Amino acid sequence: MILDGKCPTGPIQQTWDKHRFDLKLVNPANKRKYNIIVVGTGLAGGAAAASLGELGYNVQAFCYQDSPRRAHSIAAQGGINAAKNYPNDGDSIYRLFYDTIKGGDFRAREADVWRLAQVSNNIIDQCVAQGVPFARDYAGYLDNRSFGGAQVSRTFYARGQTGQQLLLGAYSALSRQIKLGTVKMFNRREMLDLVVVDGVAKGITCRNLITGELESYAADAVCLCTGGYVNVFYLSTNAMGCSVTANWKAHKKGAFFANPCYTQIHPTCIPQAGDYQSKLTLMSESLRNDGRCWVPKRKEDCGKHPNEVPEEDRDYYLERKYPSFGNLAPRDIASRAAKEQCDDGRGVGPGGRGVYLDFSTSIKRVGADTIKERYGNLFEMYEKITDEDGYKRPMRMYPAPHYSMGGLWVDYNLQSNIPGLFVLGEANFSVHGANRLGASALMQGLADGYFVIPYTIGGYLATVKPSGTNTDHVEFKKSIEDVNAYTNKLLNVNGKKTVSEFMRELGGLMWENCGMARTKESLETNLKKIPALREEFWKNVKVTGSGKEFNQDLENAGRTADFLEFAELMCRDAHHRNESCGGHFRVEYQDQGEAQRDDANYCYVGAWEYKGDNKTPELHKEPLKFDNVHLAVRSYK
Amino acid sequence: MQLLTSSIGRKIVMAITGQAMVLFAVIHLLGNSSIFGWLNGGINAYAEHLHSLPLPIIIGFRLALLALVCIHIWFGIQLTIENRGGRPRQYAVKSTQKATFASENMIWTGSLLGLFLVYHLLHFTFQVTSPETAALKNLVPLHDQMVPNVLGMVVAGFQNFFIAFIYAGAMVVLFLHLSHGIQSFFQTMGWSCDKSQPIIVKLGTLVALVLFLGYVTIPLTIFAGILKG
Amino acid sequence: MSDHHKTMTLTLIVWRQKGPNDPGKFETYTAKGITEHHSFLEMLDVVNEDLIKSGKEPICFDHDCREGICGMCSQVINGAPHGGQDRTTVCQLHMRKFKDGDTIYIEPWRARAFPIIKDLVVDRSALDTIVQAGAYVSCHTGGVPDGNAILIPKPAADESMDAAECVGCGACVAGCPNGAAMLFTGAKVSQFAVLPQGKPEAAARVKNLVDAMASCGFGNCTNHYECQVACPKGINVKFIARMNREFLKAQFV
Repeated sequence: MILDGKCPTGPIQQTWDKHRFDLKLVNPANKRKYNIIVVGTGLAGGAAAASLGELGYNVQAFCYQDSPRRAHSIAAQGGINAAKNYPNDGDSIYRLFYDTIKGGDFRAREADVWRLAQVSNNIIDQCVAQGVPFARDYAGYLDNRSFGGAQVSRTFYARGQTGQQLLLGAYSALSRQIKLGTVKMFNRREMLDLVVVDGVAKGITCRNLITGELESYAADAVCLCTGGYVNVFYLSTNAMGCSVTANWKAHKKGAFFANPCYTQIHPTCIPQAGDYQSKLTLMSESLRNDGRCWVPKRKEDCGKHPNEVPEEDRDYYLERKYPSFGNLAPRDIASRAAKEQCDDGRGVGPGGRGVYLDFSTSIKRVGADTIKERYGNLFEMYEKITDEDGYKRPMRMYPAPHYSMGGLWVDYNLQSNIPGLFVLGEANFSVHGANRLGASALMQGLADGYFVIPYTIGGYLATVKPSGTNTDHVEFKKSIEDVNAYTNKLLNVNGKKTVSEFMRELGGLMWENCGMARTKESLETNLKKIPALREEFWKNVKVTGSGKEFNQDLENAGRTADFLEFAELMCRDAHHRNESCGGHFRVEYQDQGEAQRDDANYCYVGAWEYKGDNKTPELHKEPLKFDNVHLAVRSYK
Repeated sequence: MQLLTSSIGRKIVMAITGQAMVLFAVIHLLGNSSIFGWLNGGINAYAEHLHSLPLPIIIGFRLALLALVCIHIWFGIQLTIENRGGRPRQYAVKSTQKATFASENMIWTGSLLGLFLVYHLLHFTFQVTSPETAALKNLVPLHDQMVPNVLGMVVAGFQNFFIAFIYAGAMVVLFLHLSHGIQSFFQTMGWSCDKSQPIIVKLGTLVALVLFLGYVTIPLTIFAGILKG
Repeated sequence: MSDHHKTMTLTLIVWRQKGPNDPGKFETYTAKGITEHHSFLEMLDVVNEDLIKSGKEPICFDHDCREGICGMCSQVINGAPHGGQDRTTVCQLHMRKFKDGDTIYIEPWRARAFPIIKDLVVDRSALDTIVQAGAYVSCHTGGVPDGNAILIPKPAADESMDAAECVGCGACVAGCPNGAAMLFTGAKVSQFAVLPQGKPEAAARVKNLVDAMASCGFGNCTNHYECQVACPKGINVKFIARMNREFLKAQFV
């Protein structure tokens, strides 16, 4: 099937305004008759629930954490982009649009990206009005910093915790609506199924994580704002609870999964210290503004104390390879460059999987105090984890899975191929193409939640009759039965291996064979090994406790079971895409180390349709057209 | 009235009444120090001066002090009971770092001070505990009139080890109570910030120390025989 | 890096409680093969893996981001919320702070306002209730002025940011002998009180938040300042003073 993104046509500058006008409206008095479910309360979900509640819809919001404020958007450190051009350095909506398309390696839709760039400015205004304490200069104006993949300073930030501050802004707006009664909040609930009635999304089935009870919720539309899936690598910068589960359940109910092979590996994370490790910690990309990446030129020097390696024996590989962007090269490029150095045997630290990020030049230039003011909390964090002082010796960094550009397929209205199912933020695939630029995730989450869904969902709801919140329909009952049976199946395997052991094994396979560099052979290995591992899981996993109680082992088991299915799709997607683009690097397709796209054959969104357990999924394509930014080889040299 | 019902409101009332009593304690100490003879006629003259004030002022002043004490005690007990319920079960290991013996035992130091206050009033104001040395019954000449012999009463009292010990001990308790209470006043009123707070803590302790030393000097010097009648 | 292969064995005395109405009790476990690079939660992961393998129920504890920002993790270690290391959440606490053979007590947050759900997991929805009572600027989505139309002096922006660093973990409540939420609430009140956007609602906000604190069952402040010690983000008690000030001011407007 050729998919239609329903993008508006005409001059790109007018697409969103024209589309907004063309969308049908719901009469204010009728809005309260409609019910909307929002799953996930990160930037996208929190902003969406608050904005939809404020418009007058009845919103039910769900999160698996104990409070909506804890969604993993909170961990974003660096900042949020907007085309304000406050520094007068040549930025514009068009430039942000252009940078994002190019940064995404020409695998995103132009119209979606334009809209994102256009509303980016509203986001900053909105957050300021909410009381988000963005950094200011001494005159009281908003401050900006530069970020990877851009040559202008367009990133707004709040110390090293922009994500937290923006999320708290959305959470405060959400809290206000909860108080007003327009949003009903359900904490500690995990969505375990999407309820589809006559081909239309009508509700969800959740597990109450405190009591273990399965609960049904019905609505006229369901918004999934459930984040990304890079925990499929087991070790990633995502929170422990981040999973593909909600998306995967929707996928199994018919929603297409687009571009799952596009995963972002963040270049600056603290290297792994041992096998017991449960997660990797990211250090903001902003560190690359003042830090210089290097490894020793000679393998013999790798064991030395970094300060004993003389200047002339250091290889500042990013500055050498990409003179114009230097240490600010985009994430995929910086990550691969780090891997190359380590593969070349010049990596540092345990197992030789690390590169240095050195601040000594900047400390000499601007002083340690300025560096401390800019990144103090990051240096503190680094020291807590590694017991090393980043001011005195270069930090050790290594790339780690961080973000998924792929996600459920949506059209321009953020609606999936299932009517009534909307997907927002990282959970959808729409704007980042094959690679996301720094400080753009926060922008997308809030854009979708505050400024896109409030319009586009109205366009859908105006065409359907309100159906109430009654969950008596047979599909709800069937969903509960299915989930219940699935849960019992998990609990009754009663094998020998723990859930973590399976997850670690799967993560190892994914990182090794479908990570920063992929080959046809490595992917084929995974396509054999993953089904085998999945089979073993269902024969030999050990899950303790029962389904009728607070049971974290069961939660993890469910998430792992979904990852075991999803991982195969991810490898399949990576296997079919015979090109390298952005975060998807196929070793066979490169030109002197640089990713080689194949626009003639792969300039499309690959969206997969679920065909049943252990059946080959079907690929649908949405061709990508570039009318404004011309397809070109991405160069940061 | 959020001031009388809310947690912060009642604490503000506690702070203000407490601080008013600290002021009283300062003035009381200045008056008492006349026992060291800086006032012509010593403490007897000071006492006579207070008693010669118009009756409504004396009664009004005493009632006001009584009200301060009662409000302070009432809210103190109320808040403490509420706070004890705030953490229903204590931790197996106690590891408080900033809380002090004084801050954790305000209710007990306060209770002891309340008891001491009763005794002190019975002893020196109503003069019922040691009737043989009561000042009102033993008049002495001062200038050209006969006045109660307060000096004699005080000296006779503090020459007794137990009485001197009770007074000195009570002043230790007062020091503890005020070392937390004075700085707490500024925090509760919102008159402190991160820079001033450590200074306020030190100054509060200093004031409490000065009051302690000032008050305790009287029974100690008398008991040691340095100050005689 | 030098002690990479050295391992520790520790004795854990952990609070186990099946549900809100179970009396609960301490159980003793042994953590073996722990290196100094394990985080505290990774050490518990190791213990839980052993428990699962021997068919026992693992220890339940809240955790999520494991990088010190989501505020989900919540354990009192040897009497100190988050383990007592300066500006550190449990998930960022590393085992290099402990010695081979140490005995470690692990308990949940204990406060009337935080009922225990299971083992080390408590219900902190009272903190959400406080926020819902008014810890926000009541602006609408859209229809707001340009970000630079509201100039905010850097000191005010910094002060607001200092307060906004709160991750809402509830350690201040756990550390307070009275189970009070004054530091949390003070930080919320202050974050908005110092900003021009927050001023119009400042009086109503502080009044509503203070009432919400009481109705949620939090205790009162007795100025022990244990909350500041417990706070993994170093929120200063000056924000409690500011809330008191705002409260007093609000009584006269």
